[in-house]
Amino acid sequence: MLDDLYRELIMDHYKRPRNRGKMESPSVEMALNNPLCGDEITLHLLLEGDVVKDVLWEGQGCSISQASASMMTEAVKNMSEEDILKLVENFKGMMRGEGQPHADVPMGDLEALQGVAKFPVRIKCALLAWEALRKGLADRHGGDSPVDL
Amino acid sequence: MNAEKIRQDFPILQQQVHGKRLVYLDNAATSQKPLAVIEAMRAYYAEYNANVHRAIHALGEKATEAYEEARKKVARFIGAESEKEIVFTKNASEAINLVAYSWLNRLAPGDEVLITPMEHHSNLVPWQQLARRTGARLRYFNLTSDGRLDLSNVDELINPKTQIVAFTHVSNVLGTVNPVREIVERAHAHGAIVLVDGAQSVPHMPVDVQSLGCDFLAFSGHKMCGPTGIGVLYGKAELLHEMDPFLYGGEMISKVSLEESTWNSIPHKFEAGTPNIAGAIGLGAAIDYLESIGMEAIQAHEQELTRYCVERLRAELPGVTIYGPEDERTGLVCFNLANVHPHDLAQVLDQEGVAIRAGHHCAQPLMKWLGVSSTARASFYIYNTPEDVDVFIAALKKSEEFFA
Repeated sequence: MLDDLYRELIMDHYKRPRNRGKMESPSVEMALNNPLCGDEITLHLLLEGDVVKDVLWEGQGCSISQASASMMTEAVKNMSEEDILKLVENFKGMMRGEGQPHADVPMGDLEALQGVAKFPVRIKCALLAWEALRKGLADRHGGDSPVDL
Repeated sequence: MNAEKIRQDFPILQQQVHGKRLVYLDNAATSQKPLAVIEAMRAYYAEYNANVHRAIHALGEKATEAYEEARKKVARFIGAESEKEIVFTKNASEAINLVAYSWLNRLAPGDEVLITPMEHHSNLVPWQQLARRTGARLRYFNLTSDGRLDLSNVDELINPKTQIVAFTHVSNVLGTVNPVREIVERAHAHGAIVLVDGAQSVPHMPVDVQSLGCDFLAFSGHKMCGPTGIGVLYGKAELLHEMDPFLYGGEMISKVSLEESTWNSIPHKFEAGTPNIAGAIGLGAAIDYLESIGMEAIQAHEQELTRYCVERLRAELPGVTIYGPEDERTGLVCFNLANVHPHDLAQVLDQEGVAIRAGHHCAQPLMKWLGVSSTARASFYIYNTPEDVDVFIAALKKSEEFFA
């Protein structure tokens, strides 16, 4: 059971997180916390047009939230905003067991996080970075998009 | 006391979780319920369910009698002068809010409200809001490095401007037992009232409001073997008389016309609407149950388990950090392991049948003070045994290996 949650790839990202850091002048900065547990993430995005050219993140949290953030930053680099939003919906669908609506945007390595769906209290951990990404991109167009964790 | 025998009184503890004996160490969040409590509530619903204080019929009389009998048990249990000083609420948070709301039109800019950084959010946010809405100044005690209240500047903190001093009797994170009597004496010397959050003390040790001297004591039923949805505000009768009601409606009135209303006597003027009758009856049964064991025995049992647990943590888990004072602590241990996040720890422990808490424990300012975003917490109660501690320690070692 535990091995479904703590897959090798997840533990690897937890112990050796990718793309940690912050930018001098990011196009988007978004900080989000999980009020249930106090986990925090700050996301920095560099955009060229509507393409995310670079992503850096900082934060504190459990293995699932940290690995999910690390894997997210690898997945979305050089993707367009439109595709990223599809990927976010796919990821949320996978976590919530509702299926992945966008077959044209593959999940790749992110499938490793599928086991989290079996642990309801950990789903928000995995979603934190993704929701920061979604809200960061949404708020860029003005407004304060409600947090959907 | 015989914890193994007590364990048999709790149906929920007879089950296995993930194929293992359930070791329930999340008692500071909520306690389990003995059969006597479950049965008392079942009997109310099955045998004499009726509304209280209104019905002129046999069931109504019996229900009213049982509800008011529960109030008397609570009064006796905490040493109140009269059951009129016991207000039933839905939980400790509502009890604290009741007092905070009553002081909305009594505070003015320049007044001070004094609380501590070790409060549960339930005894922090209401005062923060009260200060914001009235213009009063919210002040905080300092903490000593080992997590006690620093009383070195208490003469400056409690001064003629101080109107309210509110603090927890026992910290739900540090296990610190605060010196209620000493603070009450200083507060009363300046005419301030004192509210004590007893959520973590009343279930675990003898508490006597008259010897503590506090003006208000708030606690919840579900942490002391009672059901959820029932809490208590103890308040000195003369203060309750003066206070405005917090909720308006049925039951709390004396006379209502189209233009105005007058209030029922205490404690009823604070209990608008049909109360949690089954909850109060369940709480009364929980008090009977705890008294049959004895609060002093309960306190000694938990301290013994905590001592054993801390000793083994220190000896066998080199990466452990334990928060809170070395001595004078109650039956809970907050800690972190160097290489395992508390959530991951709780997850691995769950697989071993061990239920602990991981997170900020509704005490974010205290987490900030400790310099962590969350901790793990094991908290004990009457049905926990040294064997539970052994299983817990073994599971901790397993998680350290898993995340090594």
